[in-house]
Amino acid sequence: MSEITPDLVRHLGVLSRIQLSDDEVERLTGQLDVIVDNIAKVSQVATPDVPATSHPIPLQNVYRPDQIGETLTLAQALQNAPDAADGRFRVTAILGEEQ
Amino acid sequence: MSALAHQSAEGSGADLIRLTAADLAAKLASGEVSSVEATRAHLDRIAAVDAEIHAFLHVSDHALDVAAEIDRRRAAGDTLGPLAGGPLAIKDVLVTTDMPSTSGSRILEGYLSPFDATVVSRSRAAGLVPLGKTNMDEFAMGSSTEHSAYGPTHNPWDLDRIPGGSGGGSAAAVAAFEAPLALGSDTGGSIRQPAHVTGTVGLKPTYGGVSRYGAIALASSLDQVGPVTRTVLDAGLLHDVIGGHDPQDSTSLTDVWPSFADAAREGARGDVLRGLRVGVVKELPDSGFQPGVAASFRAALATMAAHGAEIVEISAPHFEFGVAAYYLILPAEASSNLAKFDSVRFGMRVTPPGTATVEDVMAATREAGFGDEVKRRIILGTYALSAGYYDAYYGSAQKVRTLIQRDFDTAFAQVDVIATPSAPTTAFRFGEKIDDPMQMYLNDVTTIPANLAGVPGISIPSGVAEEDGLPVGIQFLAAARQDARLYRVGAALEALLVDSWGGPLLDRAPVRGGVA
Repeated sequence: MSEITPDLVRHLGVLSRIQLSDDEVERLTGQLDVIVDNIAKVSQVATPDVPATSHPIPLQNVYRPDQIGETLTLAQALQNAPDAADGRFRVTAILGEEQ
Repeated sequence: MSALAHQSAEGSGADLIRLTAADLAAKLASGEVSSVEATRAHLDRIAAVDAEIHAFLHVSDHALDVAAEIDRRRAAGDTLGPLAGGPLAIKDVLVTTDMPSTSGSRILEGYLSPFDATVVSRSRAAGLVPLGKTNMDEFAMGSSTEHSAYGPTHNPWDLDRIPGGSGGGSAAAVAAFEAPLALGSDTGGSIRQPAHVTGTVGLKPTYGGVSRYGAIALASSLDQVGPVTRTVLDAGLLHDVIGGHDPQDSTSLTDVWPSFADAAREGARGDVLRGLRVGVVKELPDSGFQPGVAASFRAALATMAAHGAEIVEISAPHFEFGVAAYYLILPAEASSNLAKFDSVRFGMRVTPPGTATVEDVMAATREAGFGDEVKRRIILGTYALSAGYYDAYYGSAQKVRTLIQRDFDTAFAQVDVIATPSAPTTAFRFGEKIDDPMQMYLNDVTTIPANLAGVPGISIPSGVAEEDGLPVGIQFLAAARQDARLYRVGAALEALLVDSWGGPLLDRAPVRGGVA
């Protein structure tokens, strides 16, 4: 069995910025437990001598010429914003009351 | 059989929708049919059947204007591409300036991109007429479209069954004759598995062969855009339009690719099966597949062998770890890619009552805007990447990726292509696997290795399963950059099978929308 607990799932929700409900925490705990048990088998064959692959087809660093191209207009950049004011994205307070 | 009897319907619209894209293109080029006529026929078809199929999330309100412009340019003598004037369905994961792009998610409802995905702009430049955006599992996470925030797509073969996923909308649109061509994306089988369950053709190109610019990212090291069609030639024609280097995608290969349509034509008329070495993976035994799927696969291999192919058993000992590695790498990359949905620049915003900080708003928005599967994978990915677990999970999964690549390298030293059934079962019923995520994930066992290794794969119809009469696909895999070989081999087998069936497999699907 893996070590997935409701507290861990709640913590992962905080890290992921998802306000999970208690029902979701309970359901996810059970589901993740099954999934992690199944996928943990990767460690069986991942011996120290095997190099990791992060990218299927290795490429060298890719650069482009440093030229000014097209950019979004202000209106385009803001066209999908949930809230905007004075040509900027508007958000709620970024600091808590105690800060 | 009654289905066949119903198909003797009159009318040019009904005839136009059943044409392959290649045949329609010939009629457009000769002037026998206008793009407006072809586009109207498909819009009429969508109006007639999409209430029961639900392949589309959005239907373009200006497709006829686009078609009229193509007709005008043709009349003026402009040089147009081979598919010009033909209609195209676009998976909703691909952003478009003139239609909303939601990736099947509530969090992006109504989102209008300020730019087109490269594959979309190339399609427009080639004169293709976008008909609309197709349904998909939310952010391409799923194998059934049941995870779409906008309700599932229904399989044209049986409306109570899934059309595959994540690109079930594109596959169903093509299978139901709502579009001759569609664009899909394939992260772990999302083009090939829907092709398998709908009796259509789908190809995942070599990683980097088609631009990902403007494809809303799921797992960036696995995602690949590709064609969804009814024939191998049509797939090649569309691949020729969308493929090739794109400076906007830093993982785009700079290779000069051959014409995939030419490769398909060569396969259909040539003798490409003679001497072809076809590998069959011994670690994917028949016992792992529904009997009718295994039987259809064996029959297709026998057909190939009868035409000179050599069937060779190969070993790929690490394929069995593919699903496990995939469901660590994908959630890890997805949890990072989906962090951009922070309710600031685009998408939904939910503000909880009282004094809420921006973090509270983010958490409430993502709680309301993401569906269960997306949350599950974000949480799983966050777990896999967290301190203390990273080496055991994500690090190990990346090593498995190396081992699977080595399995492919060893195999392709012995054979020209690998063949597998495209998926373990035919289309399952809605609800059958929705409550058991791990069962859903195991559905991807045959398609995932190609994504992990970056190699191309194609699924073409191999027949129907005897026990349920539902379509089955055979998958071919080739070494990286050998996409053209898949078109040759796929078209060769397709020609033999269609000949043996006396017509395309889709002729056996039930007729939808009353009189077709």
